[in-house]
Amino acid sequence: MERRTLFPGKLLPALLILPQLVLTLVFFLWPAVQAIKSSLEREDAFGTSTEFVGLENFADLFGDPLYVAAIGRTALFCGCVTLLSMGVALGLAVLADTEIRGRAFYRTMLIWPYAVAPAMAAVLWVLMFHPQIGLVGAWLNRIGIDWDYKLDGTQAMALVILAAAWKQISYNFIFFLAGLQAIPKTIIEAARIDGARGFRRFRTIVLPLLMPTVYFLLVVDLVYAAFETFATVYAVNAGGPGQSTQTLVLKVYLDGIVNANVGSSSAQSVVLMVGVIVLCALQFRFLGRKAVT
Amino acid sequence: MAGLTLDGLRKSFGANEILKGVDLTLADGEMLVIVGASGCGKSTLLRLVAGLETPTDGRILIDGRDVTQLDPSARDIAMVFQNYALYPHMSVYENMAYGLKIRGLRKAEIRAKVDAASSLLGLEALLDRKPRQLSGGQRQRVAMGRAIVRDPKLFLFDEPLSNLDAKLRVQMRGEIRRLQRRLKVTSLYVTHDQVEAMTLGDRLLVMHQGVPVQLATPTEIFERPADTYVAGFIGSPAMNLLTGLMRRNGTAITVEDTEFDLGPQRYALPDGHPVFLGIRPEHVALAADGMAWPVEVVELLGSEMLVHATRPGGATLTLRTPNPPSGGPGMGEAIRVAFPADRIHVFDRASGRRIEPA
Amino acid sequence: MRRSALHLIPHAVLILAILLFALPIWIAIAGSTQDSAAIARGEVSLVPNLNGLSVYRDVLLDGSAGAGPVWRALLVSAGMALAIAFGKIALSLPSAYAVTFFRFPFRMTAFWLIFLTLMLPVEVRLIPTFQVMSSLDLINSFTGLTIPLIASATATLLFRQTFLAIPDELVEAARMDGAGPLRFLRDIVIPVSGANIAALFVILFVYGWNQYLWPLLVATDPKLDTVVIGIVKMIGVDTATEWNKVMATAVLALIPPVAVVLLMQRWFVKGLTEGDK
Repeated sequence: MERRTLFPGKLLPALLILPQLVLTLVFFLWPAVQAIKSSLEREDAFGTSTEFVGLENFADLFGDPLYVAAIGRTALFCGCVTLLSMGVALGLAVLADTEIRGRAFYRTMLIWPYAVAPAMAAVLWVLMFHPQIGLVGAWLNRIGIDWDYKLDGTQAMALVILAAAWKQISYNFIFFLAGLQAIPKTIIEAARIDGARGFRRFRTIVLPLLMPTVYFLLVVDLVYAAFETFATVYAVNAGGPGQSTQTLVLKVYLDGIVNANVGSSSAQSVVLMVGVIVLCALQFRFLGRKAVT
Repeated sequence: MAGLTLDGLRKSFGANEILKGVDLTLADGEMLVIVGASGCGKSTLLRLVAGLETPTDGRILIDGRDVTQLDPSARDIAMVFQNYALYPHMSVYENMAYGLKIRGLRKAEIRAKVDAASSLLGLEALLDRKPRQLSGGQRQRVAMGRAIVRDPKLFLFDEPLSNLDAKLRVQMRGEIRRLQRRLKVTSLYVTHDQVEAMTLGDRLLVMHQGVPVQLATPTEIFERPADTYVAGFIGSPAMNLLTGLMRRNGTAITVEDTEFDLGPQRYALPDGHPVFLGIRPEHVALAADGMAWPVEVVELLGSEMLVHATRPGGATLTLRTPNPPSGGPGMGEAIRVAFPADRIHVFDRASGRRIEPA
Repeated sequence: MRRSALHLIPHAVLILAILLFALPIWIAIAGSTQDSAAIARGEVSLVPNLNGLSVYRDVLLDGSAGAGPVWRALLVSAGMALAIAFGKIALSLPSAYAVTFFRFPFRMTAFWLIFLTLMLPVEVRLIPTFQVMSSLDLINSFTGLTIPLIASATATLLFRQTFLAIPDELVEAARMDGAGPLRFLRDIVIPVSGANIAALFVILFVYGWNQYLWPLLVATDPKLDTVVIGIVKMIGVDTATEWNKVMATAVLALIPPVAVVLLMQRWFVKGLTEGDK
């Protein structure tokens, strides 16, 4: 989409856009190019020289069973978080969209978790599920369930999924509610006259009209689950116990910053970059170019 | 001195030529209405004069000064937009004062000009309101006021009434006309509405596909349309155009097998020359004998009725007549009609141009 | 009767959801006022103990074992959130204005370069960004904490959407009135986009306040610990944790962003859903 009426001049707009362009080049594009470059290089053991090794870092990466396991783990994590947060949010939005009293109140009470930091979500859920001090965690142990997410990998995974999904529900809820309210009331009324009711009306009329929102949130949630939950997962248990909650972003951080393995970490960065680009391309495909431009 | 002169004005967007050469001169204080269907180039023409687009070729002179390359604000013009384009966050007063403020006028001067314009338009009580607190008609007045305060050499109107409801449109139409007469500012008014065009313009310019087809007074355009396009565009319902052949040495036309006499005048066309016989619905007369037209639909409009009839061959005719006390013809019933000779228009069938008697 | 009972189901489900949403926060609020030892024994009560409210004064002014006073971390967080919110608006408003209201060489190239940053979250360029930061000597500085986060494209895209929605006639009227581009920006565009700027402010404030990985990476100096970083450090130490203080800090860390979202709810919801799509 373009404007019909414009201002003449070339210098002024160039000056207006320059600051952002400079910051973008210095802090985004240059490092991204560097990441690609070092993913094709390897440092010697003392860090004194680097040599070009082609795709060797990638070959090593995909040959590493730990990395392949992390891919599977990340997929499971992202899938569960997305499904859980979208499902619950859609259900709540449908309920809040019906003509009931107090709609504004419910909305207010459901959107505040948007403001909770991913790291804070972890903190709150740890305080709830801590095996000794957590209200729920201690209770689980009392009734005979052996609950300790610091020892049991499956329990740790369940906890980070719940914490990450909980935080994202309100974001999805805001969009689903807006999407539902954007459906013209006359269409719903026409469907009522046609005799479509209840779940059938939802499945055949409402859901198809809501699909753009669904696709949009699908991509946003997958990106959220893959990247922004670093803080959630890291704060709960730093990827442990063992590697049981080590997702791909955690691995980039641990291998690159903590273990200083630049080549491998950069290759992992590039893999993630490809992942984001694929997700963005999917969103383009679903929503059309106009969604972003 | 001429208020506005357009000299060979052309505009293309890429390979698409929107305006194919317009020459035009407006007398000082004249109101010219440009009328045409959407896409005829009338809005582009207005935007070129406003300076919002740059012409591909040609010159624009306002009050004798060549403004072709000037910025809109330097052209000494004012424009009233279709959707009013009021600044939503400014009060009525600020909306009118904004242009004057930019020009660096003193506060007292601005106050005086805005006050004068608002009393002219009856806006005194609304000066502190925001546009969203105004009705459509009031917004329209503010848009006019914003144009008036600048005391321009030329007013441009871009379909200013099309967002109003029918009743308000009639009222504002009259108001615009009175104001323009009173202020005596040369004006260019673009519309697709032929009633607006007929009632507002000193002269009319009918545009069709980027070309001016006829420039004349409203009466002239109605009575002597230059071609079949103008004939069909101006007048409602549209003029009937029946395919026919010239006969009797240019003094009669046959439509199917019926001959219509053209009266005392003679056309310099050979017998058998293909023409259109044009007759306005209100000029078709019911007759005791003559060509028979089976009635398809009758529309009752209160004091009048419209009769739509179709010949077996497919030719259609619309007739407009006062409601007879006995009620109109029934469907399928054939009516017989006559065309008064002095009401018949003749057009060349190949070119569509109007043909005048020799 | 049957009909009215059915009518209550949506309310019941929604209220249940609200309670479940609020439960973690309530536990933190209630727990913060209770005795640390009791919490450590797993005896946290859901009823707050009003006498324990003094814990908030303690953590704000004195901090807890192993962590400095919380007021300092709150100050760093607030500074970071405000700098990012205002910085991003100041940076992306002009650039969005440039790409929407002008035609200049490489306009689309510039736009796509900015757009590309959406696909480059810090996680995919971790080490090289760190290297750039250290070569610019920005590690452990407030500038380093904020400037690199100011450049991303989200705000630019939102502003561009807003500007594209400004009617052409408004621009034309302003040009007729003699307003140049900068005057039009100041007198018309910014006032007209007020609601969108407010919405963006909420989004960016929350974004800035909630940062975790970036401060973890570039600010190792405890003086630059944000409250989010601080609290994660607190729960990491498992022995002899003063749990009531942890919970109090968590509540303090949550209040500013939640308050901003709730107070500016109307603009925020509108800006978020209209801009992002």
